[in-house]
Amino acid sequence: MLQAPEVTPELIEQERLYAEMGLTEEEYQLVVKILGRKPNFTEIGIFSVMWSEHCSYKNSKPLLRKFPTEGPQVIQGPGEGAGIVDIGDGQAVVFKIESHNHPSAVEPYQGAATGVGGIIRDVFSMGARPIAVLNSLRFGNLTSGRVKYLFEEVVHGIAGYGNCVGVPTVGGEVQFDNSYEGNPLVNAMCVGIIDQKDIQKGIAAGIGNTVMYVGARTGRDGIHGATFASEDLSEESESKRPSVQVGDPFMEKLLIEACLEVIHCDALVGMQDMGAAGLTSSASEMASKAGTGMEMNLDLIPQREQNMTPYEMMLSESQERMLLCVEQGREQEIVDIFEKYGLQAVAVGRVTDDKLFRLLHKGEVAADIPVDALAEDAPVYHKPSSVPAYFEKFQKMEDYYPEVKNYGATLKALLQQPTIASKEWVYDQYDSMVQTNTVVAPGSDAAVLRVRGTNKALAMTTDCNSRYIYLDPETGGKIAVAEAARNIVCSGGRPLALTDGLNFGNPEKPENFWQMEKSVEGMSAASLKLNAPVISGNVSLYNESGGQSIFPTPVVGMVGLIESLDHITPSHFQAAGDVIYVIGETKPEFGGSELQNILENKYFGKAPAIDLDVEATRQNQLLGAIQAGVVASAHDLAEGGLAVALAESLFDLGFGCSVEVSGDIVTELFSETQSRFLVSVKQENQAKFENLVENAYFLGNVTDTAELEVSSNSDVVLKESVAQLKSLWKGAIPCLLKSKA
Amino acid sequence: MKFAVIVFPGSNCDRDMYHAAKDALGEEAELVWYQTANLEDYDAVLLPGGFSYGDYLRCGAIASTSHIVTEIKKHAEKGKPVLGVCNGFQILLESGLLPGAMLRNKNLKFMCHFENLVVQNNKTMFSSAFSEQEVIALPIAHGEGNYYCDEATLQQLKDNHQIVFTYENNPNGSVHDIAGIVNKEGNVLGMMPHPERAVEDILGGADGLKLFKSIVMNWREAYVAGA
Repeated sequence: MLQAPEVTPELIEQERLYAEMGLTEEEYQLVVKILGRKPNFTEIGIFSVMWSEHCSYKNSKPLLRKFPTEGPQVIQGPGEGAGIVDIGDGQAVVFKIESHNHPSAVEPYQGAATGVGGIIRDVFSMGARPIAVLNSLRFGNLTSGRVKYLFEEVVHGIAGYGNCVGVPTVGGEVQFDNSYEGNPLVNAMCVGIIDQKDIQKGIAAGIGNTVMYVGARTGRDGIHGATFASEDLSEESESKRPSVQVGDPFMEKLLIEACLEVIHCDALVGMQDMGAAGLTSSASEMASKAGTGMEMNLDLIPQREQNMTPYEMMLSESQERMLLCVEQGREQEIVDIFEKYGLQAVAVGRVTDDKLFRLLHKGEVAADIPVDALAEDAPVYHKPSSVPAYFEKFQKMEDYYPEVKNYGATLKALLQQPTIASKEWVYDQYDSMVQTNTVVAPGSDAAVLRVRGTNKALAMTTDCNSRYIYLDPETGGKIAVAEAARNIVCSGGRPLALTDGLNFGNPEKPENFWQMEKSVEGMSAASLKLNAPVISGNVSLYNESGGQSIFPTPVVGMVGLIESLDHITPSHFQAAGDVIYVIGETKPEFGGSELQNILENKYFGKAPAIDLDVEATRQNQLLGAIQAGVVASAHDLAEGGLAVALAESLFDLGFGCSVEVSGDIVTELFSETQSRFLVSVKQENQAKFENLVENAYFLGNVTDTAELEVSSNSDVVLKESVAQLKSLWKGAIPCLLKSKA
Repeated sequence: MKFAVIVFPGSNCDRDMYHAAKDALGEEAELVWYQTANLEDYDAVLLPGGFSYGDYLRCGAIASTSHIVTEIKKHAEKGKPVLGVCNGFQILLESGLLPGAMLRNKNLKFMCHFENLVVQNNKTMFSSAFSEQEVIALPIAHGEGNYYCDEATLQQLKDNHQIVFTYENNPNGSVHDIAGIVNKEGNVLGMMPHPERAVEDILGGADGLKLFKSIVMNWREAYVAGA
């Protein structure tokens, strides 16, 4: 570890020490120009984290500007800790997704745990009570010991943190593909609820006001975490383990309660959590947003270790810390509130009018930087983009058509694919019910939480089929947003807004940048069409290991409003005799399908097509039918196609079904054509349903014999025991974990 | 009837317990911070689940040394009802109000889902609204709910009919499938499953409400003249 006192500004320049911190020569020169002198060690450290991709979005800003971010429901778009959407009755829902990929790759338990802790802080720092956490996870196939370890420990870490803080983990998704072998993805989303009058902002306003530090003491953990998150993973990444923070969920729980109490004290001016780049980013952003400056005395910062240097304190990413701006003279009111919870609130600085970020340490000025230079003036790069050769090749290919001999065996194989198999092994470890609002628990299309004291509920989901995005980023981007919206609609809700978790490889490779560009364009188009603006998000680049990029994985986290508790709709069949329909035509589309993965062990060809007008119409019609009370169950058709969706619809209550397909059997059963839904309807509602929903094709009936039976031209082509299918589906992941690597 | 819901640093089912007593049951309830001087104003004490003091040292160990536990003991000595759920049960064990100890679940993992319980004793103030051997469904959510006691203690529990609830399919390795026990006097119940999470159909079931109703019913019979 470099020691600050020995390192002079001259040495930093001569030895190019800034390069070790992730800054380029040009960026260093820009810093010199901004300061009008050479930066000292603390200052260059501060610039390097604030100008890292993780904090500055310097490579992704031009793309993020393409997202539609406005709508009548949007109260707060991107830019604050989390986005805010109106849900009526003076209330609002607050949410955001964030990645913790790199830390989880080297220290999976703490990496995942602190990912959950960080996103929860983003939500309660707005003044909202966190009501739910969802996780979008990606791993390599569960064949190597290392991948199993990463998978088990990430789940363990999410459980260890989330269960303790008392925020239910209600949903998300887990998918497995080779591209994530060395670089798993851990994206955590938190949803909060707030009375609109209580909304807080992360600002340090009012010249002379006091800056207070609360929560855990600052230690030497997580130094340069944001920089670490902004480079490729490599053999040396193991040595970055000290860049991974260590979480204390008990401290977080105390902070939640104390902060939600302090928002009702009008001495509070602003509040922000210390996330990536810790004290540096929270302080400089709070001042920059308010158009002020800030002076802090680092001698006053509560420290966990002795002899910490300004560099270490400013770059530490110790967890469970918050920065508050408080009216001058009223500090004691804040101290008293935190004291109740055994927490210290310490005055460490004041708001100034000179727009400078000035740090004092042992009587000397440790840093003196124009505050906007850190938060606003990071360089923005327009990276070159080029169409990858594989894409052009895939587009020219003949349509892939799989050869299937035994439909039953194929269905069984699909149900045992870890991406499709039951995730009960995962979510059983999460407390999904604490706060007693969970109406639809994990394992359904979307999680549903009632809004206490109202007749409304919130539906929430995360989705992203990265195989389609790899094959065709623009189409795949549209599909990711559409699928999230489908899940919301199936549960009875209307999409309100989305948060994006953009996970990509190294943006300096033009092919990767093209993937980013195109998927953002696709997501934007779908977001606009489906009235789900982007209100918050996160960018995680450099997701590579051994020179291989992950599949482009822009995760969509979406929240929808269910207007009445009566509209909450289950995803599985409800009663024998109910009539089964599939909404939407099925075409032979197998590029990027789970069946292609099984048969070919790779993905190629074209992604399934999507027409956003058709998508929007079908979603509106289905939601209309649900709201009219004529839909008994609704499930979207996704990986594995109709056969998998039928099986999943039978597992919960143990019914059977008898359906008849017309046309090509392989296509009907296993194609992944988009914009389709599987619904069941009570017989007496059939006519009403058919009036409300176009393109609904009668398939058959729910039966009380627990068998899944499919016929074609009156011949039975597939007949399997539901109990057996369920046991394969349920046992697949535990079985993979037990088998020797 | 007035319920006190004790809140320790790290409790996280406190509001759920409060809503169960206040909204679902329709009785008076208050959240009582652990530094409160005494519990004289309350008819019943509810110790909620969560991770008091982060489960550091041992689940419930640090909370069991706080002053409020002395007050809870006084309250119990008067024969008034005390219900400890999940971490609340762990605190009752650590403070000696109930016998035995908790081990980690036998699969070493936290688990959260509904479990079927069998009502073994419906003659307590917590279970009189159930019928004997009734099978009820309540959620569990714990990592250390594997109840342990020695042979002699188990025999005493059996002899005194202190075992109130057992698991139909033991999920965590508990001795004798134990899910909930009372003290000899019958006014302190500790249980790992969460009755407060099953008080409305919209939450997946309302079997837990009967437990709270039992408390109120028995209290009215004992304390309200002419009831």
